[in-house]
Amino acid sequence: MDITLPILILSIPLFMFLLLGLLGMKMSHKLAGTLGTLGMGTVLVLSYITAFTYFFSGSPQFISAAGERLQAVIFNQTWLQFSDTLVIKLGFLLDPISAMMLVVIPTISFMVHLYSLGYMRDHHGVYEHGFQRFYAFLSLFSFSMLGLVVATNIFQMYIFWELVGASSYLLIGFYYKKPSAVSASKKAFIVTRFADLGFLIGILVLSYYTGTFDFMSLTSVPVDGMADVYHVSENTAVAVKGIFQSSAAPMFMGASVMTWALVLIFMGGMGKSAMMPLHIWLPDAMEGPTPVSALIHAATMVVAGVYLVARLFPLYLMEEAALNIIVVVGALTAFYAAMVACTQIDIKRVLAFSTISQIAFMMVSLGVARPEFHHGIGYMAGMFHLFTHAMFKALLFLCAGALIHAIGSNDYTAMHGLRKYMPITHITFLIGCLAIAGIIPFAGFFSKDEILTACFGHSIVWYVWMSVVAGLTAFYMFRLYYLIFWWKEHHVHEGHHAPHDQPMTMTLPLIILAAVSCVAGFVPFGNLVTWNGKPMYDSMGFFTNLQHLDWSVAAISLAVAIIAIAIATVMYRKENPLPDKMANMFPRLWDWCYHRFYWDELYMFITHKIIFGCISRPIAWFDRHIIDGTMDSLATITNKASYAIRGLQSGKVQMYVWIYLAGALLLGAITAICLM
Amino acid sequence: MESVGSIIMYLVIALSIIVFSVLTVTTRKILRSATYLLFTLFATAALYFKLDYEFLGAVQIAVYAGGIVVLFVFSILLTSHPGHSSERLVSRRRVLGIIAAVATFIIAGYALLSRCTAMFASLPEMENPTMHKIGETLMGTGIGQYLLPFEAISVLLLACIIGGVAVARKR
Amino acid sequence: MDISMIYYIVPSLIMFCCGIYGFVTRKNMIAMLISLELMLNAVDINFVVFNRYLFPGQLEGMFFTLFAIAIAAAETALAIAIIINLFRGSKNIDATEINKLKD
Repeated sequence: MDITLPILILSIPLFMFLLLGLLGMKMSHKLAGTLGTLGMGTVLVLSYITAFTYFFSGSPQFISAAGERLQAVIFNQTWLQFSDTLVIKLGFLLDPISAMMLVVIPTISFMVHLYSLGYMRDHHGVYEHGFQRFYAFLSLFSFSMLGLVVATNIFQMYIFWELVGASSYLLIGFYYKKPSAVSASKKAFIVTRFADLGFLIGILVLSYYTGTFDFMSLTSVPVDGMADVYHVSENTAVAVKGIFQSSAAPMFMGASVMTWALVLIFMGGMGKSAMMPLHIWLPDAMEGPTPVSALIHAATMVVAGVYLVARLFPLYLMEEAALNIIVVVGALTAFYAAMVACTQIDIKRVLAFSTISQIAFMMVSLGVARPEFHHGIGYMAGMFHLFTHAMFKALLFLCAGALIHAIGSNDYTAMHGLRKYMPITHITFLIGCLAIAGIIPFAGFFSKDEILTACFGHSIVWYVWMSVVAGLTAFYMFRLYYLIFWWKEHHVHEGHHAPHDQPMTMTLPLIILAAVSCVAGFVPFGNLVTWNGKPMYDSMGFFTNLQHLDWSVAAISLAVAIIAIAIATVMYRKENPLPDKMANMFPRLWDWCYHRFYWDELYMFITHKIIFGCISRPIAWFDRHIIDGTMDSLATITNKASYAIRGLQSGKVQMYVWIYLAGALLLGAITAICLM
Repeated sequence: MESVGSIIMYLVIALSIIVFSVLTVTTRKILRSATYLLFTLFATAALYFKLDYEFLGAVQIAVYAGGIVVLFVFSILLTSHPGHSSERLVSRRRVLGIIAAVATFIIAGYALLSRCTAMFASLPEMENPTMHKIGETLMGTGIGQYLLPFEAISVLLLACIIGGVAVARKR
Repeated sequence: MDISMIYYIVPSLIMFCCGIYGFVTRKNMIAMLISLELMLNAVDINFVVFNRYLFPGQLEGMFFTLFAIAIAAAETALAIAIIINLFRGSKNIDATEINKLKD
């Protein structure tokens, strides 16, 4: 494959960032927005071409004679060469998951660019302050995210990983005059930085023992005759494990070094993907503009952790312990976030916790994936869910943005009964809810069903657990839906316009994403994305997914979803006292959920009371009193001494003479006495 | 054994040096102080003559008495009213001054008397240095000849002239 | 009676002590300068006397005195220039009250 397209895919957003960032203020708002959107549109077309070439061209570079999908390195440029072995390269890797991400990221990003043209201005059409900056940051983010997914080595991934974190910081803090947004951006940055520390250590440990950063050397073997084409291989991972076991320090604190490396790398993923206990930044990150939440905090950046685990999946397969940690963390997070989402009032918070829960689904799916069971269906299901979730969660967030834009508040209590006023938003939001709840034939059904199948194959406990979480998902999404669009008639304040659907730039992305959410489930993912590239099904058609469903699992999950929706309907369709009664029945539980199980308070306690109180304050005391004190006292002593002997330099000549004379006489007297 | 004339000569010179020195620093009128200084300098010149250094005595009179004292007188007339006496000295200040002077006298005198037998040697014979010899010593470049210091002094004088002009110039 | 060296040195010493006394007691800067001249002169006498008594026929002491006189002249001229300048600025040449180089 020619390298022109990949280079353009990466360089157009970067160029747009530089252009809009440097010259944005010189341009009109409209021109800046249009340029950014057009740039992203170009990237969208180019990435679609690249992805479709990868999946469907049948070129020997991408698919072997036996039908396996291969990893193709389009280019791999040496960027920093520290020594013969320590080389950092920047490149472009095409394989099933990166090609899939090349579809997801530009799609969502383009929709968000388009949508923001309408969202980032008020009802009178006046653009918000910093509109050009917003587009510059969006371009920077798109560049970083694309660079992350096509990374050929773990260090390139880390570089772009940090760039993604930085652009996320910039976008959360976009309304930098709002204190809550500033503190939210700081929180997001600090929490993810803390997690990235683990990631970095993991990278260092891994590369120290294996002597390489390259994903290809870690997880795949070159295909004969083609220098830049690789084949994902379990054997390579086994060899990597062998390196760890034969090395000098295979054990550390009761676990093998490889386990440590993989768990630490997963810690980076936990931070970015908001897994418990590092999830606390994501709900606060909703302070950013809503399109940003849709792009970064729902569809793309937060799945970077999932993508990271998927990228190193053959290595994780070698370490049962690391996979089990992933499953436990994911399952706990999924349940926790779903519980919290049931009680929140702010619609963006509900969606944020829903995102956490859904990403945890993907993590669990990766964690339970084993090659023995259905060719590692969990891996495929996790990636499938990543794909569909990106679509319908972006849709839900953009709908929420439209609602917030129309109402002027994040609070559902200010909404209620909007179905007549905003029909397009209503229908698209309903589609999003159905998709996430897992109702056939919407996208979420297929991916969630595959995940539950994978859990079922791993352990019945996780299967039941995740089914409950799926039921909760359906419940809280429909609770939100009914509370926004039903519950009671909307009360229009006097002197205000009735809320209405937003302009075309905002509704068009909703319609497109809703349509995608309807059909995305039928993409024969099992043939496109599997952990080792081997297709799962023989044939490939529109109904392949339906034919290969495990209908017993599907029926149960459908039933769970429908029951949950029914409960939500009973409780929230019409205004009634039932929800309050339920809350009062379990006041403690409701309280805990409402306050997100006091995680933020726990962190406050740990950081303020324990870390600040027991560690930082003594250090600060030491610094202020001992170190500064020494320096200060040096200065003070010098000062005092100078002040004391200042009189010697009085400028009075006769004083000098007196002193000189006294000295001379003394010397003379001493000499005289000595000579006596 | 010196001649009586020489001894009388000596006594006059020594007495005038002592008396005028004391008067120089004790008088309260600054212009008189300058005048007594002039007499002291003359007495010193006479002492040089008596010790057979005629050239040096001439220089002493020309430079000191003729130049420096005139400068003093001018500056005194420029900076203070003639006839105006300075205020009486504070007694503490005077006592301290006397103590310093006496201490110096005692220590230096002790050093002179106790160590130096040469102090009591009689005056050796010496030919008066001729102008020819002085000129050669001043302008020569050999050992014991002083062309370089002479030039340095002349540069110093030039610098002083320029500095004096620069400092005293009206701005 | 021989007039030995001590007979010259003692008046010179007295002159020097007078110089010290004058220098430390006077406040007028010109008076201080005059005392300084006394001390210089006393030293000059010493040079000459030592030269005459100990090294007759040589001229080192005499030349030293010669140069000292020249330097004393230069020094006095410059000092008086400074004093006059000070006087022009502050109408005061009291050494106890002038303790700033500028203003």
